[in-house]
Amino acid sequence: MSDVVEKTLTALPSLLSLDSQPGSGKLSSTSKLGNLIRGITELTSKHEEEKLIQRELSSIKEQVASPNTSMRQMKELMVRAIYCEMLGYEASFSYIHAIKLAQQGTVLEKRVGYLAVSLFLNESHELLLLLVNTVLKDLQSTNLIEVCMALTVVSQMFPKDMIPAILPLVEEKLTHPKEIIRRKAVLALYKFYLIAPNQVQHIHNKFRKALCDKDPGVMTASLHIYLQMIKENPEGYKDLTASFVTILKQVVGGKLPMDFNYHSVPAPWLQIQLLRILSLLGKDDQSTSEMMYEVLDESLRRAEMNHNITYAILYECVKSIYTIHPKAELLEKAAKCIGNFVLSPKINLKYLGLKALTYVVQQDANLALQHQLTIIECLDHSDLVIKRETLELLFRITNAQNVTVIVEKMLEFLRLSKDDYTTIDLVGKVAELAEKYAPDNEWFIETMNTVFSLGGDMMQPDIPNSFLRLLSEGFDSTEEDRQLRLFAVDSYVSLLQGEPGRLPQRFLQVISWVLGEYSHLREGLEPATTLRLLAKLLDMKHTSSETKSWVLLAMSKLCEGPDCVSLAQELSERHGGSLDTVLRQRVQELRHLSEDAELRASVLPRDAAQEPLEVDSSLSFLDGFVSEALSAGAAPYKPPHQRQEELAQAKALSLEPYGLSLPISMSSCSLADRQSPTLLSMSSGLSGNSTDLSHKGGSTTLKLDGVKRVWGKDGYLAQKEPVEESAQVEVPSPLCSPSRQGGADSTHSQTPTPTPTPEPEKEKQQLASSLFVGLGSQSSVCLMGKSEQTPQRFRRKAKGQGSSSGASEQISNSHYSTQSTVDNLLCNNLLDSTVTSDLAVSTPEQTPQLSQEVATTNGTCDAEQDLIEETDPGNSPSLIRANSTVTADPPAHKDPDRPKDSCLSSHLPAELAGLSHSEIIPLCSSQNLDLSACHVQKEDALLLVIFIENSSDSDIEQMLLQTESDELEVSCVTDSPVEAVRSLSVSVYQYSLMVKRPAAHVALAGTASYQLPSGESQVMQFSYRLPLTSFIRPLCVSTEEYGTLWLAFSQDTKQNLALLNDGQDPLTATLDVLKNKLQLHVVDIIGAEGIVACRLLQGQPCLMHCRVHAGSLAVWLRSPVPDLPDCLLYHCQRALQEH
Amino acid sequence: MQFMLLFSRQGKLRLQKWYVPLSDKEKKKITRELVQTVLARKPKMCSFLEWRDLKIVYKRYASLYFCCAIEDQDNELITLEIIHRYVELLDKYFGSVCELDIIFNFEKAYFILDEFLLGGEAQETSKKNVLKAIEQADLLQENIDFQMRLFAGNFGGKPNNPCCSIRSVALDVNSPPQGQQKQHPSNINTDFEVTGLLFSLISQPSCLK
Repeated sequence: MSDVVEKTLTALPSLLSLDSQPGSGKLSSTSKLGNLIRGITELTSKHEEEKLIQRELSSIKEQVASPNTSMRQMKELMVRAIYCEMLGYEASFSYIHAIKLAQQGTVLEKRVGYLAVSLFLNESHELLLLLVNTVLKDLQSTNLIEVCMALTVVSQMFPKDMIPAILPLVEEKLTHPKEIIRRKAVLALYKFYLIAPNQVQHIHNKFRKALCDKDPGVMTASLHIYLQMIKENPEGYKDLTASFVTILKQVVGGKLPMDFNYHSVPAPWLQIQLLRILSLLGKDDQSTSEMMYEVLDESLRRAEMNHNITYAILYECVKSIYTIHPKAELLEKAAKCIGNFVLSPKINLKYLGLKALTYVVQQDANLALQHQLTIIECLDHSDLVIKRETLELLFRITNAQNVTVIVEKMLEFLRLSKDDYTTIDLVGKVAELAEKYAPDNEWFIETMNTVFSLGGDMMQPDIPNSFLRLLSEGFDSTEEDRQLRLFAVDSYVSLLQGEPGRLPQRFLQVISWVLGEYSHLREGLEPATTLRLLAKLLDMKHTSSETKSWVLLAMSKLCEGPDCVSLAQELSERHGGSLDTVLRQRVQELRHLSEDAELRASVLPRDAAQEPLEVDSSLSFLDGFVSEALSAGAAPYKPPHQRQEELAQAKALSLEPYGLSLPISMSSCSLADRQSPTLLSMSSGLSGNSTDLSHKGGSTTLKLDGVKRVWGKDGYLAQKEPVEESAQVEVPSPLCSPSRQGGADSTHSQTPTPTPTPEPEKEKQQLASSLFVGLGSQSSVCLMGKSEQTPQRFRRKAKGQGSSSGASEQISNSHYSTQSTVDNLLCNNLLDSTVTSDLAVSTPEQTPQLSQEVATTNGTCDAEQDLIEETDPGNSPSLIRANSTVTADPPAHKDPDRPKDSCLSSHLPAELAGLSHSEIIPLCSSQNLDLSACHVQKEDALLLVIFIENSSDSDIEQMLLQTESDELEVSCVTDSPVEAVRSLSVSVYQYSLMVKRPAAHVALAGTASYQLPSGESQVMQFSYRLPLTSFIRPLCVSTEEYGTLWLAFSQDTKQNLALLNDGQDPLTATLDVLKNKLQLHVVDIIGAEGIVACRLLQGQPCLMHCRVHAGSLAVWLRSPVPDLPDCLLYHCQRALQEH
Repeated sequence: MQFMLLFSRQGKLRLQKWYVPLSDKEKKKITRELVQTVLARKPKMCSFLEWRDLKIVYKRYASLYFCCAIEDQDNELITLEIIHRYVELLDKYFGSVCELDIIFNFEKAYFILDEFLLGGEAQETSKKNVLKAIEQADLLQENIDFQMRLFAGNFGGKPNNPCCSIRSVALDVNSPPQGQQKQHPSNINTDFEVTGLLFSLISQPSCLK
C-alpha cells in the first residue's frame, strides 16, 4: 500500500505533497518520516541502519540545498533531520536551514524551525547569532503564537551577549494583556537572570510586579526567579516573607481556581516552590521563622491524603521545618512524618525517608535510634540505591564505638559498586572515618590498605597525601608512632611479596614511600630484601613512570652496601636511557647516592620526614647564580604568562585560547581539587544543613587553584595545610570523657531485646546494637556540634615550630566554639531535659577559647586605635616645615611649628574638615606667597588640597595653578577657581586624584603663576608626592567572590614578607597590621592561610593570598593592573618594618 | 531539571530535551550510560538514582521509560509527578497515547513538552491551559489545511479532530476511510510493542510502585 501512496504522492502537484508534513497526525506513518521509521524497524543490524540513515541524510542534504524546496517541504525535511539526530547521526548541515525556516516560514513552519533550532543547537553555538533578528521580529509580531514561540526559544537558549538586544522587548511583554505571554516573558527573564544576572538587575521591581500578578501562573513563574535570588542573598528579601506566607496560606486553603489542582491537591508545584523559598528565608533567622510556623503546620496537616503528590509536599515541609529556626512542636510532627516515610512499604518513600533522616540526624540522633531496625533492613536491601543512602546516614552517625562496623559495611558496598563516582565519594568517607576514629593501628592500616586498593587511581589525591603525612608527622607518643609505622611496613612487605601487579599505582606509590622511609624500623628486614621487592615493581608492565620515580626514590633511601651498588648500576643501565627525564634523573641520583654513603646521609637523612623542611620558596639561594648569569648577558626571567602576553602581542592575532599559565602537578593541586571530607562534615555539622553542603563543598575553603605549592615530588608534606588543619579541631577534653562514656553505656543497655526473637532477628539486633552504640539522648549533644569528645586516636601532633599551627588552631577553635554554642542553644530548645548535661559538657571547652577570642578582639581594637592616633589631625601633632623643599614626604619629618598648621587646617573646606587629612606640608614659597598642601582620604576619592597663603600686604591677581603627572589623573574640583588671593588670606584649591599608573609613590608636579600688584608675573614650581597607599581602599568581597576574582586574573607576583611575632597568632597579627596601615580587607583566615583584598580608588582590585610558611609570610598577589602588586608589596614590607 | 530522556525498553531513544548546554559527544555518552543503568534496574526498585552528581528520576509507562535528571536539592517526588503530568498531557492530546504516537509525532510531543516545561522548570501545570495553547496552534494549522484542500478540490467533509485533517485527504486518495478509529500500520512490529501499547494510565494512579 505504501508504494501506492508514494506513487500517488509524487504524481500530485507539489501543493499536495503536503501530506508528508508532520501535522498530518495519526497517518503520518505513510509520510516520508513514516517510511524512514518503518525502514529502520525492518532492519536487522546496526550496520544496515547506519547505511540507511546515511542515505537518508544525503538525500535530505541535497533537498535542503536545492533552491526549489519550498518552506513547507523544508519543514518536513527538518523533522526527518531531527529524527536522524535523535538516532545519533550528525546532521549539522541542516542547522542553518533550521534557522532559515524559523526566519522565513509561515507560523507553522516557524514552529518546526524553532523546535529544530532548540534541539540542534545549544546556547554557545555560533549559529545562534543568526537567530537574533528572527526573534526580534517575532517578539514584535502581532500574532500571539509567534510571540509565544519567540519567548519559548529565548527561554531555552539565547546567546548571552545578545540579551541587551531583546531585553526591552521581553520586558515590555511583562505587561502584556495575555497571561501566557506574561508568563513566558517572566521565564525568559529567569533564564537571563541565570546566565547574566547583572543584565536584569534593573528590573527587580518588575519581578515584584510579576509576583503580584493576578494570574497565578505568572506568579508561579516569578517564584523561579525569587528562589534563585533568595538563594544568593536571603537577607535582601526578608521583607517578602509575609507575602510568601500569605500566598502559601491561600494556596493551601484552596483559594486557587480548580485548574491548578493536580489530583485534587491545590497547585503542588507552587506549594513546593514556596516551601523552598521559605526555608531559605527562615534559615538561622528566628523572627522570620516565627512568621511561617503556622502555615507550615497547616501544610503538614492538609497534606494527609495518601498520594504521591502529598508526600512530595510533606517531604518539602519536613525539610523546611528542619532548616528554619526550630520549633519543638513542629519538629515533633516532622519527625513523625519522617517515621512514616521510613516505615513505608513503598520504596520511593523509604528512600526519601532515609534521605530526610540523613538530613536531620545531626540535630536529633534519637530519630536514627528509633528506626534502627528499619535502617538495618535497608542496609541489606537488594536495591543498591537504598543501600547507598543508608550508608550515607550511617556515615553521619559514626563515632568511635561503631566505626568498625560502619566502615566494614561501607567497604562491603565498595566491593560491589561499579560506579566510579560512588567509589570516589565513598572511599573518601571511609578514609575520613578511619583517620578520625580508628580503634587501633592494625585496623587503621588494614582499612587504609583496602581503601587504596579499592579506590584505585580514581581516588582523590589527598587521601594518600594525608595518610602519608599522618605517618610522618606522628602523634603524641613516639612508641605509638613506631608501632604504626612498623605495622605499615610489615603489611606492605607482605603485600609486595604477594601479587603487587594488581595494586593500583597510587597504592604502590604509598607503599614505596613508606618502605623507603621506615623499613629500617623492622629489625631483621634486610634493606637488600626490600630493595629487591621494590626493584620488582620497576619491571612490571603496568607500573607508570610516576610510580617508578617514587620507587626509585625509595630505593635511594635504602641502598646501602655493595649489593645495592651493583643493583643501582644495573638499574641505571636499564633505565638510564629512558625517555622520561624525571625517571632518568632519579636513576642517576640512585646510582650516585648508592656509591657515596656520606652524601646520601646528608641528602636523605633518616627520620627526617617529621623535621620541618625549610623551603625557600623565593629561591633566594639562587640569587648569586642569577646575577652572574644576568651580568653574563642572559635574558631576565619572565613568568610564563608574561611571555605568553608578549607572544600574543607579537603575533597580532592569536585565536588560540591560552591554557592555564601555571603548571599543575598532582601534588600542587591536590588540595584545591577536593575539600577534605573532614572539613565538609564539620561545616555541615555546624550549619545544621547536612545534605546540601556535602556536594557544594565547604564554602570556607580557600580557592587555591593554580597557586604554586612547594611540595616535594616524593609526597613529603612538610607544611600544614589549612584545610587539613580543621580536622584537628576536635580537641579531646578529658573532663568530658566520663560523661560521654556514661552516655554510651546507658544507650548500650537501652538498646532493647524485649521479646525472644528468632535467629535472623537476633542477628539484626546485634548489628543494631553495634551500629547505634553511642547514640543516645546524652551523646546526641556531642553529635550536635560534631564535637567528638573521645580523644581522637590519630590526632596530629601540634607543631611548635613558628607557632603558626597552634595559632591557626586557635582561630578555628574560637570559630568553632561559638558555633557549637549556637548549636547547644538550639539543643536547649529541643531537649530541655539535657540542658544541664549539655552545659556541663560545653563549658570547660569554651571558656579558654572565649577568652582567647576576647584577647584577639582587644588586639584588633588596640591596633585600630593606633591607627586613629596616627592619622587623626586632632590628636597627632601634625606639623609643617619651615624650610621650603620642593619635594615633601609627609610622614618623614617633624617640625615644631604647630600654630601655623592648625590655622591652615582651619581653612580646610567644611565638608572635608571632619575627615582625616595628611600633614600639611609646604610646597614652595616666595616673598608673597606660601603654597602648602595636604591630601584628604575620602571613601570614594582622594582629594589634594592646596593652600595658597598670601602673607603680603597686597592682593595677588591672576592666580593660576597647573598640575601634571605621569602617574596621576588630576582634576580640579573647586567650582570656580580662585583667581585672586587677598592680602593676608588663604585660598584653597581642591583636586581629585586618580591613579593612572601605579607606582610605590606617585607624584605630581605643578606650577603656580600669578601677578604681583606691580604687574610683574611670577611663576613658582612645586611638586607633591604621596604614597600609593592613599589610593588603596578595602575591597569587601566574600570568599566565593574572591575565588572567582582570583581565577580571573593571571598576573601572579610572589614574595615573602616578615611575619610579626608578638604573642598571639602571627598571621592574624600581621594581617591586622596590614589591614590597619594599608586599608586592606581581610576576607578570610583559615588555618595558616589568609586571603586579603583591596582595590584602587577607581576599582581595580588586587588580591593577596598569604600563607604562613617557615616563619615568614608567603604572599601571592594578583591584579589586573600589572604594577599594582609590586607597589603594594613594597608598602606591605614597609608597614611591617615600621610596626 | 537538567534534561529529560524518553527511551524504549529496547534502549531506543524516543525524545530528548536538554536544559543545560552540553556537547553532542557528552549528550551521547550520558544517554548511553543512563539508558543502560535504568534498563538494568528491576521493576520493584526505587525510582531514584544517584548518578554522578545528579539525581535521576525515572518511571516506566508501558514500553517507554521517562527519565529526568535533577539537581541534588530538588524534590524527587515532584519530579516523578512532572513525568506523570506529561504523560497525562500526551494521553489527553493523542487520546490513549502509545509509543507509536510519540515515534511518529515526536515533534508534537516536543511542542507539548515545551508548553509544559520551559527551561527546565514547570511552566504551566494546568492540563487545560497547556492543551489550549497547543490546540490554538493546531487550529491555525487546520485552517490552512482546510484552505489547501479546498484549493486542491479535495474537500470531503469537516474534520472532527485537528490532527486528522490531513488524513481524510490521504485516505480519499488511496483507500476507503477508516473512520475515527486509531490505526497503526500493521507491518511495524519488530521494533516496538504493538500489543499492550496503551499506557495504563487509569489503572495506574501514579502511586509509587
